[in-house]
Amino acid sequence: MAHLAIVAEKVGMTQTWVDDKIVPVTVLRVEPNRIVQVRTNERDGYTALQVTYGHRASKRVNKPDAGHFAKADVAPGKRLVELRLDKVDDYETGQELTVESFEPGTRIDVTATSRGKGFAGTMKRHNFKGQGASHGNHKHHRAPGAIGSCAYPARVFKGTRMSGRMGHETVTTLNLEVVKSDVERNLLLVRGSVPGPNGGVVTVRNTVKSPVKGG
Amino acid sequence: MKSTDLIDNDSLRDDIPEFRPGDEVKVHVRVVEGGKERVQIFQGNVIARQGGGIHETYTVRKLSYGVGVERTFPLHAPTVSRIEVVRRGDVRRSKLYYLRGRTGRAAKIREKRDFS
Repeated sequence: MAHLAIVAEKVGMTQTWVDDKIVPVTVLRVEPNRIVQVRTNERDGYTALQVTYGHRASKRVNKPDAGHFAKADVAPGKRLVELRLDKVDDYETGQELTVESFEPGTRIDVTATSRGKGFAGTMKRHNFKGQGASHGNHKHHRAPGAIGSCAYPARVFKGTRMSGRMGHETVTTLNLEVVKSDVERNLLLVRGSVPGPNGGVVTVRNTVKSPVKGG
Repeated sequence: MKSTDLIDNDSLRDDIPEFRPGDEVKVHVRVVEGGKERVQIFQGNVIARQGGGIHETYTVRKLSYGVGVERTFPLHAPTVSRIEVVRRGDVRRSKLYYLRGRTGRAAKIREKRDFS
């Protein structure tokens, strides 16, 4: 599992120049994360950091949350997020995590909730081929075709891919590269795309499945 | 303002001359060959400008040994050391793709004359 993680907001995509080559990048705004609680094996059965970031007006903080933040002596932030980590011994409440720990070249995984596509057909949802445009086809251009056999098994198998809700699920993009980390402006530039809409909340961790050893 | 302007502004260049489709330009391209760097000049007519902000590009068309050659450069490319406007063209559209089918006199662009 990861030993380094942070919460960020997706700003959007653009391009930048690295060694005279255009690199497509996603800009992430990583406001300093404040540790509100450290989850330990002894007490919680797993290890994680509960963090918050940004600013929340005091009148927007409900009483249970206010108490929780006060206990950790941390200013209330936009939301509380848990970051699962291997080891949390080195962390303590009140500590700040910044973008500094992600140096250029670091390989990372980015997790976010993907854009919701609503009720989608099989062509969009499962990359089905659809049907022909011509040869007498009538109103079945995007239809899935057959979904089973006949007298045997006389039913449709469970798990058969059909139309339905698509998107709005947790998606992790693995092994992305950090192009630049801007400590002054709290920005992280990641090569390639990241799940979710602009303004969405993403969690960044060091990659756990890198083919490059120690990547 | 776009949300990614924060990053884009870093790589925008401010030394780009004003030029339009129809203008003839000299593009000084830095070329790295075998560890050595030299400047190659690509001279031709600008036939299109496309996109905006950091993504903007322009296409230059020239005739090389009777063969039409087009190159598209990002406007803010650090690989271009300089853009030089040689001649202002008098054209009435923003994309001069009609030049592709023409050679010789038919492919000539009138020079813009300033009477003010």
